[in-house]
Amino acid sequence: MQLIFERSREGRRCALLPTSDVDIKEIPAEFLRAQAPKLPMVSEIDLSRHYTELEKQVHGVNDGFYPLGSCTMKYNPQVNNEMAGLPGFANIHPLQDEASVQGALELLHTTKEYLCEITGMDEMTFQTSAGAHGEFGGVLMIKAYHESRGDHHRKKIMIPDAAHGTNPATATMAGFTVVTIPSDENGHVDLEKLRAEVGPDTAGLMLTNPNTLGLFDPNILEITKIIHDAGGLCYYDGANINPIMGVVRPGDMGFDVIHLNLHKSFSTPHGGGGPGSGPVGCKNILAPFLPKYNVVKEGDKYRFDNSEQSIGMMKGFYGNFLVNVRALSYLMTLGAEGPKQVAENATLNANYMMEKLAHKFDVAYPGICMHEFVVTMNRVKRETGVNALDMAKGMLDYGIHPPTMYFPILVGEALMFEPTETESKETMDEAIEIYLELYDKAYSDPEYLKNAPYNTPIKRPDEVGAARNPKVRYIFPEN
Amino acid sequence: MKNMNHPEHLFYTKSHEWILFTDDTTAKIGITDFAQDELGDLVFINLPEEGDEVEIDQVFADLESVKAVSDIYGPVNGKISAVNEILMDEPELINSDPYGAWFIEVSDITEKMNFLSAAEYIQFCEEEKELGH
Repeated sequence: MQLIFERSREGRRCALLPTSDVDIKEIPAEFLRAQAPKLPMVSEIDLSRHYTELEKQVHGVNDGFYPLGSCTMKYNPQVNNEMAGLPGFANIHPLQDEASVQGALELLHTTKEYLCEITGMDEMTFQTSAGAHGEFGGVLMIKAYHESRGDHHRKKIMIPDAAHGTNPATATMAGFTVVTIPSDENGHVDLEKLRAEVGPDTAGLMLTNPNTLGLFDPNILEITKIIHDAGGLCYYDGANINPIMGVVRPGDMGFDVIHLNLHKSFSTPHGGGGPGSGPVGCKNILAPFLPKYNVVKEGDKYRFDNSEQSIGMMKGFYGNFLVNVRALSYLMTLGAEGPKQVAENATLNANYMMEKLAHKFDVAYPGICMHEFVVTMNRVKRETGVNALDMAKGMLDYGIHPPTMYFPILVGEALMFEPTETESKETMDEAIEIYLELYDKAYSDPEYLKNAPYNTPIKRPDEVGAARNPKVRYIFPEN
Repeated sequence: MKNMNHPEHLFYTKSHEWILFTDDTTAKIGITDFAQDELGDLVFINLPEEGDEVEIDQVFADLESVKAVSDIYGPVNGKISAVNEILMDEPELINSDPYGAWFIEVSDITEKMNFLSAAEYIQFCEEEKELGH
């Protein structure tokens, strides 16, 4: 397809501004650009067609099934967007006086209270705008806590190998040394190995639970006790909170700090690079270190708090505010019992799919799963040459999004499915039938899958080229 | 495991490195044919610097393929005497010639881990594939 710059024609516009009826003030010369920016010049119909063409080349949850593991691609109700579009939320400015945005502050405060109730935490910030951003904020808070106590020798963070890949990256970025704790044969944290690694240099633990195998660690209380006994703090990667919310609370399991992905679990838009929201919740002992600024309530008024021990700002202003509006809209729509039903249905759907697929596929860690499960294509690859990538490509022709591939890396040729609670039995049955058909195809006609997909706008892109020589800007032809 | 190449004059580790001793205390280290095949097309490599120490079970390099980022672990204790810097520009050499594409040369080796022979390594890889992990 043509790029928007290639559609550009000198002089075309989407809008014509009326003649100014006030005196024109010239901008001082030192603030002016030497050259006009080369913005594309297109008519409204060109622009509209450009976006429609883009839309036709992508797959969203509005197009069809989207069981991308660890991403919780649930349907986002339209009412959330309506609430975010209310002028009192959409048309305010972050520099407005607190007194004039009391409703917006109340919204942040209420959302905080609801999410603290769900997670078992005392305080929360909305400054952090995505999962990894939240992790980074949370781990910097652990660091600030130890330093405030003079514990400068606590340099190690324990991270199980079934954690999200962002966990070790976060700990490293925050200046800690990562100690990888292997999983045992059931996919749980190996307690003996954890005990052997903790000591006076332990700063804490980062745990993804349920982990990337879709398993809830049965020794969770023991794990947090081991870390606390060593003087460390426990970080809960809450990206996978969908199957536990309303059922159990990380705060009650002994965790001190958590991040949530509102764009996963709390039905705000997801994908395409944002905006997201990755609030960090914590127990009172860590609250002074939260990134600023956070809303507090005094009497019937709301204001921004400014803690001296705060790790500072991690983003401009107060996070992606309208994303939080959507999350509160979702929570209020669900009501008090709703989150529990979400968790139960997400878990039921994943187990239903896993059981059906287990008739032919190899489930990596059989047993009851939580919101997602992992299948290994190792045997199929060995017997037919068809690997996880080929299988995923084959699914594209049926208008369903493939599961997450090659993750977690401790499972060979992994396919990781997360159907979410918003899919009906009919949608899942249809997808299951397609998966089983593709499985048979791997044995009857492997070449067919090796060359799939056949019906998509892009077939098999040059991934090496995309990684090594990415073209991230348009090169204008020489004049 | 058919078409896989694991030369007999090399030593191997369970984390899929190969080791070629040029004398008693000097060795070149790379990753195996099995490892490069599992990782898929490689796009980036981070290598240590000459003069750095390498330690048993400690990460000394990482590799990024189109599928994942993987750590490379030290099989010996010693000092890095040479780094194969051409791999930084052409990581695809690891895919096309895994035993020619050495990562580092280590000298003054003071300790070695328990290596696998080629036959033991092939056996180990087959078991890994059976398990699916």
